[in-house]
Order: sequence, then structure tokens, then C-alpha cells
Amino acid sequence: MAYGGYEASGAVAARRHRAIKILLAGGFGVGKTTLVGAVSEIRPLRTEEPLTESSKHVDSTAGVERKTTTTVAMDFGRITLREDLVLYLFGTPGQERFWFMWDELALGALGAVVLADTRRLADCFPAIDYFERRDIPFIVALNVFEGSRRYSVEEVRTALDLDPSLPIILCDARSKESAKEVLITLIEHVLYVTDPAVSR
Amino acid sequence: MPSNEDWWLDEEAGPVVRPYQLTQGRTRASGEAFDMVATVIATQARIADPGGLGPEHFSVLHLAQIPTTVVDIASDVELPLGVVRILLADLREFGLVTIEAPIPMKAHQVDRDTLREVLHGLRGL
Repeated sequence: MAYGGYEASGAVAARRHRAIKILLAGGFGVGKTTLVGAVSEIRPLRTEEPLTESSKHVDSTAGVERKTTTTVAMDFGRITLREDLVLYLFGTPGQERFWFMWDELALGALGAVVLADTRRLADCFPAIDYFERRDIPFIVALNVFEGSRRYSVEEVRTALDLDPSLPIILCDARSKESAKEVLITLIEHVLYVTDPAVSR
Repeated sequence: MPSNEDWWLDEEAGPVVRPYQLTQGRTRASGEAFDMVATVIATQARIADPGGLGPEHFSVLHLAQIPTTVVDIASDVELPLGVVRILLADLREFGLVTIEAPIPMKAHQVDRDTLREVLHGLRGL
């Protein structure tokens, strides 16, 4: 096996994790942080948001640029399934001004969860478009908030104009079991889209 | 008398050193780009003159004694991902770490056994 233990000498055998990236998209306040925290060890992760587009390629010497950046906190969770098999969950705000972050996250991503609030369904249109355009398999999880009207899954499917084969599930982002079910549904969907002959 | 840049600082403000001061203002890592889930491994090499390296480089290097992904390092040292990338690229230039590309795990690249392992693992959480 390529994934042996470390040598006692401290000379570490070259060893790559199987790192699976899952994206969690959704509007502000839809429960991304809650869901990541329910199912994984949520950890701090900051990245940078460029403030200006100007001065690109201007005055650029040895990688020193005038670009101004500000840091943005992301929802980041890690689930170690086996020593060498780790799921990384990344949640970032769904607004288009954060797409620069999605572009990097989407590289090599296995799939995505679009977390939606039925009171603000339109918030998830940009994310759905984004994943459809990049051919990244995704599912929609409706976070059921107390006091929100319970739309049927089919009503939501019609409203979002989603294919009948695309899973839409109800979830409670606070519940570990429910958050697990969301991820399981995504993985099953990836198995399905990569081999439609497999029964679900 | 504190200057007007200092008066609002408290522990909530986080580190007082601006992130890119750690990188001498560089916002882009040198050398070949690497993925955020690439694995970083310390080479155990010794260098004659570590003068170009700061304490943050050593914090990062310490974490890479065990193969660790770029994002895990960024999270552990609590520095922005872009800053950690630059520090890692420096360490790579010194020959102190190697950075290995991740095993491709996109939907159409991943093998089905791995996906089944993931399902099994998730169900057992």
C-alpha cells in the first residue's frame, strides 16, 4: 500500500492524502456555518479579497504588487474518514463578489451543496448557475427554519427550474444526522451522475 | 499618546502585524502554483543560512513535519491562505519542503471505490 506509516527515524515517507473538496454555497444567513459545524470540526480559515483590479501588471517587480487585499473568513470544516481520506468542506458567501474565491475552490472539487432558505430562494440562483456552467455535480438542501412556510420539494424544483434527477432534500443544518444526510445525498448523486446505470 | 491608528485596537482586532508584512508585501507565491489541498512535506534538509526566513516560516515548517495540506497549515497558523502560500513557496525554494499535487478528486476523476469509502465513512460518523 502506498499509504504506509511514518518511519520511526522521522524521515517521512512521501504520502498524499486523498483530499475531497466539497463546496457549500448559499446566501448570507442561510446556515452554512451551522451545517459545517454540525458535521465537522469547524476551523478558522481566512483568505484574501482583492479590493482593486487596477495596478495589475503595473509596477510589478518580483511578485511585489500594489494590489490591496482584505481578509475574508470562510467556513472550513474537515472530516477525517480514514487516515488518508479526508473531506474538506468549504462554505463561502454566495454573492457574486465572492466568485474569485469560488473559482479556486471549484478547482478539483468533487461536488457542491447549495443550501437554500425557502423564504429567499432567489439567493441560490447564482450558485446554481455557477455549478451548472462548470459541470460540478450539486444537490439542493433546503434548510428548514422555524416559522418558514414548508414548500414541497416539487414546488421548489419548479421555482428553481431543476432537473427531476437533481436531488432536493429538506435539512436541519443544526443536526449532525441531517448534515450527514446532506453529504451522503451529494456523494450518492456524484455516483449517479458519473454512472447513470447505477440504481440509486 | 497613542496615534489614531492604535486607539481602536483590542484583542478582537487580531494580529497587529498586517498579513502581507510577513511576506515583504508580496501577494503572489514564487514558483509553480499549487492547490490548496496539495500535501506539504518537510524534507528535513538543513540550510546554512536561514536568515531569509521569519518565525512564521518556521511555524509553517514545523507543521509540515507530518504531511499536511496547505489549507490545514493555513488554518493551524491562522494566517490567510495567500500568505501561507507565499511562505510555503519560500520554503520550497530553500529546499525545506516539497509540495505534492493532490490526487485528482473531481467527480469524473475519482474512482468509485473511493466514493463508496466516503459513503461508508459518512454513515459511520
